[in-house]
Amino acid sequence: MDHHHAHSTGSRDLRMARSMCWHCQSEMAGEYFCERCVKVQPVSKDTDYFICFGLPRRLTIDQNKLEAKFYELSRAFHPDFYQNKSDAEQAISLGNSATLNTAYRTLRDPIQRAEYLLDLEAGSVKEIRTSPPSDLFEEILELQETVEAYRASDRDSETGREILAQLVAERQALDQRKQDMEHQLEQLFTDWDTLQDRGDATSQARAERDRLLKQMREILSNRTYVKNIVNDLAETIE
Amino acid sequence: MTAMARIIGIDLGTTNSLVAYMKDGKPCVIPGRAGRAMVPSVVAMTDNGLIVGDSAKEHLTRSPERTVYSVKRFMGKSLADVQNELAYFPYALTEQGGVIRIKLGEKTYSPPQISAMILKELKQRAEAHLGESITKAVITVPAYFNDSQRQATKDAGLIAGLEVLRIINEPTAASLAYGLQDKTQGTIAVYDFGGGTFDISILKLKNGIFEVLATNGDTHLGGDDLDRRIADLFLSEIQTGHHIDLTASPDHMQAVRLEAERAKIRLSDELNTQIEVELPDGKGRYSRELTRDQLESMVMEIIERTLAPCRLALKDAELTTAQIDEIVLVGGSTRMPLVRQRVQELFGKQPHCNLNPDEVVALGAAVQADILSGGTTDMLLLDVTPLSLGIETMGGVMSSLIRRNTTIPASAKELFTTYVDGQTGVDIHILQGERELVKDNRSLARFRLKVPPLPAGVPRIEVTFLIDANGILNVTAADMRTGQRQSIDVKPSYGLSDNEVERMIEDSFKFAQEDVTARKLIEARLDAEALIVTTEKSLAEGGRLVAEDVLASIRAALSALTSAKDGHDPKAIRARMADLELAAKPLSVALLDDSLKRTLQGKTVTEIM
Ligand SMILES: Nc1ncnc2c1ncn2[C@@H]1O[C@H](COP(=O)(O)OP(=O)(O)O)[C@@H](O)[C@H]1O
Ligand SMILES: [Mg+2]
Repeated sequence: MDHHHAHSTGSRDLRMARSMCWHCQSEMAGEYFCERCVKVQPVSKDTDYFICFGLPRRLTIDQNKLEAKFYELSRAFHPDFYQNKSDAEQAISLGNSATLNTAYRTLRDPIQRAEYLLDLEAGSVKEIRTSPPSDLFEEILELQETVEAYRASDRDSETGREILAQLVAERQALDQRKQDMEHQLEQLFTDWDTLQDRGDATSQARAERDRLLKQMREILSNRTYVKNIVNDLAETIE
Repeated sequence: MTAMARIIGIDLGTTNSLVAYMKDGKPCVIPGRAGRAMVPSVVAMTDNGLIVGDSAKEHLTRSPERTVYSVKRFMGKSLADVQNELAYFPYALTEQGGVIRIKLGEKTYSPPQISAMILKELKQRAEAHLGESITKAVITVPAYFNDSQRQATKDAGLIAGLEVLRIINEPTAASLAYGLQDKTQGTIAVYDFGGGTFDISILKLKNGIFEVLATNGDTHLGGDDLDRRIADLFLSEIQTGHHIDLTASPDHMQAVRLEAERAKIRLSDELNTQIEVELPDGKGRYSRELTRDQLESMVMEIIERTLAPCRLALKDAELTTAQIDEIVLVGGSTRMPLVRQRVQELFGKQPHCNLNPDEVVALGAAVQADILSGGTTDMLLLDVTPLSLGIETMGGVMSSLIRRNTTIPASAKELFTTYVDGQTGVDIHILQGERELVKDNRSLARFRLKVPPLPAGVPRIEVTFLIDANGILNVTAADMRTGQRQSIDVKPSYGLSDNEVERMIEDSFKFAQEDVTARKLIEARLDAEALIVTTEKSLAEGGRLVAEDVLASIRAALSALTSAKDGHDPKAIRARMADLELAAKPLSVALLDDSLKRTLQGKTVTEIM
């Protein structure tokens, strides 16, 4: 690798746990391996996953490229290939593989990817919602009552079956709503990427950026809320 | 790269175990003296010590209370876990420190110790075959094995004198052997139905990477369960038809179980078969005909139970059956036509049966061993953890840290603090399972996190839960304020402590001594028997050719050897054998002379010249 070549996107983010090789103490120039002593270097847990996979920080990514890079890095880090290395190298291989696997899992899934990107851009979105989204408030309260009634009912009775049918319908409606939110998100993702690609530094662009972030954040958290309800519901009626 | 000592691959099965190694880029299984590669996973305690494998299997009906089979079902388990199947096992089980113990004579053994005896047999087999000492191995486990069961397997290796470099999952091992042979790319499902366990794994094979997408299974579902179903039918018919309750007679129970298994196996090739069971105290025999249809209707429900895990695995992999390119069958129970039929119906595709389902797991273990030793470099297995890992939180709820089907190695961090001023410890309870409540999941271990005495909420201890490439959990902690790492003494809920394993390793050296004696005795007896038979034959043929005093000393030596053979001292047997050989010398010389004379008599002088 050409070590004079600086990374195009924010090379400050490509952070090894140290800037010096842990083994030979020479200044680290290689990406994951010391160029002098060829020893594997610990990847920081805070490394930017997008950079880790050589991908631009976007919400729509090239899945094939992601997978190819994941396989390539797995071959570089996996403990299978460090069996006859020193304990220190084995420990680094283990840590790096675990980080790599988390990174891959995060970027592979569009929702997790978005949550991660939002986290990078504007702090965590994952705080747990305790109240339902406002437009669903009434509906969900009612649903919870129905679930209670179902739990208390004799499932083989006429009423039991009636409530079940009601819950099945409710679940379908919520599933539909979840899908709608996912479509909305897809659109927002595209808008976000387009905005990033333009790279404008105008105040108008900044305002647009903030608006998109806020909207995505809102929908992501509503979606999680609905998803959990659908899962609970599925468990109750299956 | 430094050259590495050889690593062998071991399939430590519920029913059968095998050892394999990589020879010129191809995995191959190592046969025993009799040419068979499979070692029955049976350990018998005889008067002369412990024996393993085919010879131990003969003791199943002879001394059922002292013959252990299917010990894998008890690995990493407590007595409570197996309560409802205790009645099926003729040997006595107890518990100590959350670990099952098996009583054999005076002593008790943990399941890892029994498994270690099987491993030692395989190790010796490999050493004899390869002519070198073996100390490193890859051992396979069911994919759905939890942390305690994996740890118990690792302990078994240690006790057997093997460094277990990797625990790998049986279906994924099978996929390595399959992928090596067929060079397939695409998505495959490995359906592994053996004697005691069922696993399903879904993998993506691409450019030498074997990526597991999802796995599921049941560590208590296998051919054993089918045998029980059949045996239960026989037992109840014997009860009603012959008014005999065999449940009180362990040797007959075993005979029924073995007959049930044999009938099941025969019905994989035939449409009906004859059942025969000898009844005790000369009460005749139980016989009946069993048809394949009858068998199938009896066990249908058990086979159906393998399908739900398949559906769950597909769901977790986010795949439909149509997206599976190939189904690979592994394990002896997949030889059943009904199993193949149900698998084919579920996936809508004919399963792949070109591999030997008995050997493929061991072959895959050998491939993985070769990857670890640096021989094979183009293949890499990326496996997953089968069960979610979490910790207990308030209200007896499990909070999940690493989800099931996460690629391993996997790690999660959790920050802990205190609720009370000056609190010096936080108790952490680690769990595995998919249920919401702590009580419905498997307790793995507990430990106490040490915290410096500070005002509430000030300490910040970061705990890292890391599942390594073996699927085994490692826990470390660091104080975020000082950066200081802290060592953690994790107490396993259902496992042996390090001290106990250590002691068992020491014990196993002692046993090894006993084992050698047992082996020597068996061999001496066999040789003595052979000598007795040939001497008696010589006596019958040539007794008239020697003097009476020679005959008398031969007879005396014969009876001395016969009584030595019933004793327990191999040296004494060898000495009496030497005595007999000496006493019989005049007889063998006379016989040789006689036969020479007779040959000559029939021929002309020219022929002799
Ligand atoms: N031809 C057959 N038909 C049906 N079951 C069979 C056949 N051959 C072996 N089995 C069953 O397969 C099981 C053993 O399979 P195996 O893969 O060796 O098990 P494990 O891996 O658990 O040791 C036993 O329950 C045995 O009865
Ligand atoms: Mg098996």
